[in-house]
Amino acid sequence: MIEMNSILVVLSVQDGRIKRSSFEALSRAVAVGGQHGLTVNAVILHSNASKLAAEASKYGASKIFCFEDRVFDSHLNAPLLAGLETAIEKIQPRLVVAASMESIKDVWGALAIRVDAAVLPDVASFDVNGDAVVCERPVMAAKVMAAVSSSHPRVLVSVRSGSYEATESGGESSIETVPFEMSSQTLSATLKEIVTTTGDQVDLSEAKVVVAAGRGVKDASGKALVDELASILGAAIGASRAVVETGLFPATAQIGQTGKVVSPELYFAIGISGAIQHVAGMSNSKIIVAINKDADAPIFDVATYGLVGDCFKILPLLNAELRKALS
Amino acid sequence: MKFCVCIKQVPDVQASVQTGRMVLNAYDASAVEEALVITGDAGGGEIDLVLIGPSSATETIRKALAMGATNAFHLVVEDASSLDSNAIAHMLAEHFKGHTYDAILTGKQSQDTDSGLAGSMLAELLALPYATNAVGLKATGNGLEVTRQGDSGQEIIELPTPCLVSCSNDMNNPRIPSLKGIMAAKRTPITTTEAKTVAPVTLVARTFPPAGREPGVKWEGEPEEMVSQLVQKLQQEAGVL
Ligand SMILES: Cc1cc2nc3c(=O)[nH]c(=O)nc-3n(C[C@H](O)[C@H](O)[C@H](O)COP(=O)(O)OP(=O)(O)OC[C@H]3O[C@@H](n4cnc5c(N)ncnc54)[C@H](O)[C@@H]3O)c2cc1C
Ligand SMILES: Nc1ncnc2c1ncn2[C@@H]1O[C@H](COP(=O)(O)O)[C@@H](O)[C@H]1O
Repeated sequence: MIEMNSILVVLSVQDGRIKRSSFEALSRAVAVGGQHGLTVNAVILHSNASKLAAEASKYGASKIFCFEDRVFDSHLNAPLLAGLETAIEKIQPRLVVAASMESIKDVWGALAIRVDAAVLPDVASFDVNGDAVVCERPVMAAKVMAAVSSSHPRVLVSVRSGSYEATESGGESSIETVPFEMSSQTLSATLKEIVTTTGDQVDLSEAKVVVAAGRGVKDASGKALVDELASILGAAIGASRAVVETGLFPATAQIGQTGKVVSPELYFAIGISGAIQHVAGMSNSKIIVAINKDADAPIFDVATYGLVGDCFKILPLLNAELRKALS
Repeated sequence: MKFCVCIKQVPDVQASVQTGRMVLNAYDASAVEEALVITGDAGGGEIDLVLIGPSSATETIRKALAMGATNAFHLVVEDASSLDSNAIAHMLAEHFKGHTYDAILTGKQSQDTDSGLAGSMLAELLALPYATNAVGLKATGNGLEVTRQGDSGQEIIELPTPCLVSCSNDMNNPRIPSLKGIMAAKRTPITTTEAKTVAPVTLVARTFPPAGREPGVKWEGEPEEMVSQLVQKLQQEAGVL
């Protein structure tokens, strides 16, 4: 039995790897735990959990619990819920932290009900203050920040990617494998098919450089220019909702309020108008370059460098210049 | 099939200045649209609505009715501003004790708070199987086939009914109510009850403007010149290129 005064970090696995944003959340939890005398443990639910735990071991968790079962790789929410419930029952953490991503958003609400917890979702920062967990989170399509707190005895937090640095602690975690069995009745839903649209490309939420396309990119020839820029820079490819709707880019590339949140070092917005719902997903990027033929496009309000002009004229020149500069 | 869509009235986040104008949560509008398409395709069915909010939210209920929903329940709370997703889910769960449906639909999230919790909380309270972030929905013989947008692709899930699905606005483009729909909605009786509130477990202490960005530069003119200026700047920035 572990004391109630602990933090448990859920390390999410995507495409066989632990997400960097999970390590960011873990690093923050270790800092908060250190300040407030809270033990920090982690849990991995994946068929390959104990191997992955070895990699996670350097980020400062006291102990990593491994729930090793194929059922967790199924993308269904019922097994993840059951596994997290078991972990929380066993470890009795005060605070449960995870990186904000669709698989966590899928279960966080239901889990909160099941383990009687309050939830602070999609936070940009979190801390412990006396008996409360406090956080700051963007609201109103990121036009406003809200300071939110909960004094509930148990709190779940999900952290926006890029909110903290992932830092190695120098220590090493102990690793415990937990036997887990999912009863087949609990598996009410069935997964028919997974249509994967990402592959070996750069992961959007972890990328240092993102090249994002909007409706101004228009067609396959525009997409080719965007793809070329991304490949020159080793960048991940993002998109606005409008251009995803046209089918030119996959839905997994969508950045914004409905899509993903990114905070790279460098963000290219190409033919994107800069609607608040798009900006909500990228305004934390360090440098923003906007290419748009409309000088009044709102994207220029957030751009570090704005180029007013036709992307079909600018991109070929930019690609050539960058190739030269980088060779 | 008999659907119930949980709808919320939210401030118009699109407006550059907060005007106090309230609208139907865009994600919930997509949920209503999807229920209309499915019942339409099946040549029948019923779509109820439920909203927790002040009396003035009747306007939003009428809008969703005008899209084509059948009945509406308004659980009135004059000041709903402190209710969090947890409170809303418990209050909705209480309501659903007296009403059964094949499927309950919610939005993926509230446009104003971006919480994205009430749907799966409600599903858990009602012990229903559920799927979130749906971008596609189809009725099958004995349930619903949900296409959900996951982190690295789309997941196609078969849910038995009764179930709950939270809907993304990437699912469809909600219809604009027709004049006929608007007129009919005016006459649809709305079942209004005083709601018993549940205490929230999270508290918004204060709100403040986000850290602004440093003002940038904007170039106009010859593409060659702009490109070379940009590449120069990017090379000067440490660690970018
Ligand atoms: C609830 C809700 C959630 C949403 N979530 C998201 C989200 O997650 N992500 C998102 O992106 N959007 C989201 N949206 C949609 C958002 O409001 C905008 O509609 C969308 O971002 C517009 O995409 P866009 O900028 O590509 O298209 P447009 O607004 O059509 O802009 C195209 C731009 O390209 C420029 N252009 C055209 N031709 C050229 C050219 N040859 N060279 C250079 N520039 C050119 C035009 O000047 C224009 O500024 C959401 C909306 C709602 C209501
Ligand atoms: N006041 C409300 N009345 C009815 N349904 C609501 C209310 N608030 C939230 N919901 C539903 O729950 C979904 C998710 O809400 P949230 O957890 O606030 O992001 C919304 O899209 C609605 O479908």
